[in-house]
Amino acid sequence: MSRRARTKIPATTYDVERLTLPNGLRVVLAPDRSAPVVGVAVVYDVGIRSEPQGRTGFAHLFEHLMFQGSESLEKLAHFRYVQGSGGTFNGSTHLDYTDYFESMPAGALERVLFLEADRMRGPRLTEENLRNQVDVVKEEIRVNVLNRPYGGFPWLKLPPVMFDSFANAHDGYGSFDDLESATVEDAQEFFDRFYACGNAVLAVAGDISVPEATQLVERHFGDVPARPAPVRPDFAEPDLSAERRDSYADRLAPLPAVAAAWRVPDPIADPTGYLPYVVLAEVLTDGDASRLVQRLVLRDRSVTSVGGYLGFMGEPFEVRDPTALVLQAHLPPSGDVDKVLRTIDEECERIASDGLDPGELARVQARMATHLLRDADAVLGRALRMAVLEQQRGDASVLGELPRWLGEVTEGEVKAAAAALRPDRRASVEIEPGASGGTK
Amino acid sequence: MAREVPGLEPMGRFIVPKSVERTLTNGLTVIALRRSSVPLVEVRLRVPFGSAKLSHPHVARTGMLAQTLFSGTPTMSTVDIAAELQVVGGALSAGVDPDRLLVSGNALVSGLDRMLGILGEVLTDATYPADEVATERDRLADRIQVAQTQPAHLARAALLKRRYGKHPYAAPTPRVPQVRAVTASRLRELHAERVHPHGAALVIVGDISPQKAMDAAERALSTWDGGGKEVVQPPAPDVVPGPLLLVDRPGSVQSSIRLILPAVDREHPDYAALQLANLVFGGYFSSRWVENIREDKGYTYSPHSAIEHSQVGSVLLLATDVATAVTGPALVETLYELGRMATTPPKEAELEQARQYALGTLQLGLSTQSGLASLASTYAGFGLRLDYLVGHAARLAAVTRDQVAAAAATYLAPAKVLAVVLGDADRMGDSLARLGPVERTTVDEGTTV
Repeated sequence: MSRRARTKIPATTYDVERLTLPNGLRVVLAPDRSAPVVGVAVVYDVGIRSEPQGRTGFAHLFEHLMFQGSESLEKLAHFRYVQGSGGTFNGSTHLDYTDYFESMPAGALERVLFLEADRMRGPRLTEENLRNQVDVVKEEIRVNVLNRPYGGFPWLKLPPVMFDSFANAHDGYGSFDDLESATVEDAQEFFDRFYACGNAVLAVAGDISVPEATQLVERHFGDVPARPAPVRPDFAEPDLSAERRDSYADRLAPLPAVAAAWRVPDPIADPTGYLPYVVLAEVLTDGDASRLVQRLVLRDRSVTSVGGYLGFMGEPFEVRDPTALVLQAHLPPSGDVDKVLRTIDEECERIASDGLDPGELARVQARMATHLLRDADAVLGRALRMAVLEQQRGDASVLGELPRWLGEVTEGEVKAAAAALRPDRRASVEIEPGASGGTK
Repeated sequence: MAREVPGLEPMGRFIVPKSVERTLTNGLTVIALRRSSVPLVEVRLRVPFGSAKLSHPHVARTGMLAQTLFSGTPTMSTVDIAAELQVVGGALSAGVDPDRLLVSGNALVSGLDRMLGILGEVLTDATYPADEVATERDRLADRIQVAQTQPAHLARAALLKRRYGKHPYAAPTPRVPQVRAVTASRLRELHAERVHPHGAALVIVGDISPQKAMDAAERALSTWDGGGKEVVQPPAPDVVPGPLLLVDRPGSVQSSIRLILPAVDREHPDYAALQLANLVFGGYFSSRWVENIREDKGYTYSPHSAIEHSQVGSVLLLATDVATAVTGPALVETLYELGRMATTPPKEAELEQARQYALGTLQLGLSTQSGLASLASTYAGFGLRLDYLVGHAARLAAVTRDQVAAAAATYLAPAKVLAVVLGDADRMGDSLARLGPVERTTVDEGTTV
């Protein structure tokens, strides 16, 4: 293998203007005139962890209700206005935030800002729309979880093994019982509590001029009633003091699989402690030259695929404490999960004691820089990431710093992180295959 | 009190980034475009890989070739290749379908030379080491086994079989026994026979002048061998209408409804009108079909209809997964919305909304390095260049309501539907049979060509 000089990771700076409206709405503007398109993201600081007991899946169900009409808009109008402007839209619910977003030709910016402001003032919450969207969400769960093998693995299956509190452990898609018992009053209460403009960040990236965009934002969001952000509860839980293991049968899965997780330092309060784990996950699993692909896939052939990431939804810079480094592997027929876990322990110990090969850290850091830059190329990706960074870290311009932050992680820090992935701090869950599988 | 929704500023003139193109002496077409938004570069290499006839061993070998293309050269192992690419922030991967082999990659822009150098070495000298081939055989076999438990995969397999009979498009997924029989020497033969530059197109998009990108490609790839044989793909067979195919998957909690309709290629005079007709019907969220079976009735999460282009034919594919109990009613609404499209013209407002969407998403598609690279590569495979989009945008802007109505009558007519439903047949009741003739089959029979 070559010992070539390390590739210089390019310094990136994105233009970022940040302001806060008198009503408390934080705004991020990121002009980039390289294409005539704009991305808009509105992020609310509420997610799966904040939903009430007995209302599993409510944050996600509520996200659906935010598309069902608002102060000045009938049901279906939001979709039609965005798409009829040449744009696309969606929303998604995460552990610590919920996002709503559009990307469109630049000339539709004012319209899209109007649409987001309108639902920030208040969605139309009706019994009919609620029942309709409960049905839609049930089909979403069926198609993504219940009717397919490995559904919800491991993002819905591993948190209940690792965590004890309802907030961290429960199923974020929700039980059908809880979804069916949701009421319009629940929804109104959820909106009143969490969807305050003081609890939101608006980001606009792309073909804009800052003064014009500022004016449009003020025009449409300026009179959203000021409501302060609720106090965010503390979701902290102690680290594991002993190994936890669980398994379940998946009647549709033809082959075994396993996922394992270890708690990591607070991503926001302790970035220096956290970043080495982000790098370690890639050292272990990014591509054929990674430690676990080399060992488990190519040498031992004890797994057919292995992946690793930070946060149960794979978002290293969009998650708060408590969170984890997650590894998951799919095994061949009659694969041995115990052996796979033991080998992972061995490989972590090897990094902890012997360190990394010459050039190994630099090449992984270079690849991570590419991933970060690539995500930020699309105006929507840039807007979404900046909105969440502004919300969780108080500074959207961190996006341009991330490649450098990761590039500054040292071999010693990666070794220490690997040393912390011990079996006695591990939570794991195994799938027992229930399907015979085809042989054609 | 309701506020007034702001209007739109006019969409700017549709501009496609300029590209530079050169055909190397070995026959490779190189297309380079600049987009300087981030200091990266994207590459796509598309090599024609069609088959003259359906052959399961061949499908297995092409699948394995894509899987092991980067497994070694005389100077590098799998791990060396991956590590060397990582050094420049890069990665390359290969995929195959019945039309083409596609190599995709990206890297820090400073690494373009190195990435193309490695690509050139692999294209010229891939060794397919026996050990790696054995590993990848098992991995591919396992992946296929998992795919065969996925309803989306099974429903598509049944639909393709139903549509294409014995054509190579009928069975794009390798079968496990044939995968297990693939040897390293057969892969080297297949590589020598098919992985050649004649007819292939390399697209480079990134933060680099097209001229420099072109020179880098010439340095790295001009020695790639120009030999190899031409393959003529057979035309797709005519659609033979027939009963709905009910594929029984006991224990399913949803029914996967898949319909296939005729469509035309991007250069056909009806294409722009068909694209808009499809949008009005079900091609985006604000369509009749989605508003009906999702937003009104709550039968489903993600209904979608899209035109798929292949080298020897285009089709319109409808897909939705619905609760088992509403399988019949969901199919009724689907056929109703198709029938309405085929017999009455859309409203002016529906057409304008679809038109704006079609034009706007064209701009979005050109606004990233990876989007540009993928589009330019796909179009090159069909003998088109990105400037096709300028003409297409003009055609979309000019399509009339009558033309959309005529396209819908021709292509969206329920009489032309081929339908497959995959689900728990016994729990669906007999509602499907009340709608028309039904042929029931098993997953194995329904998906095995």
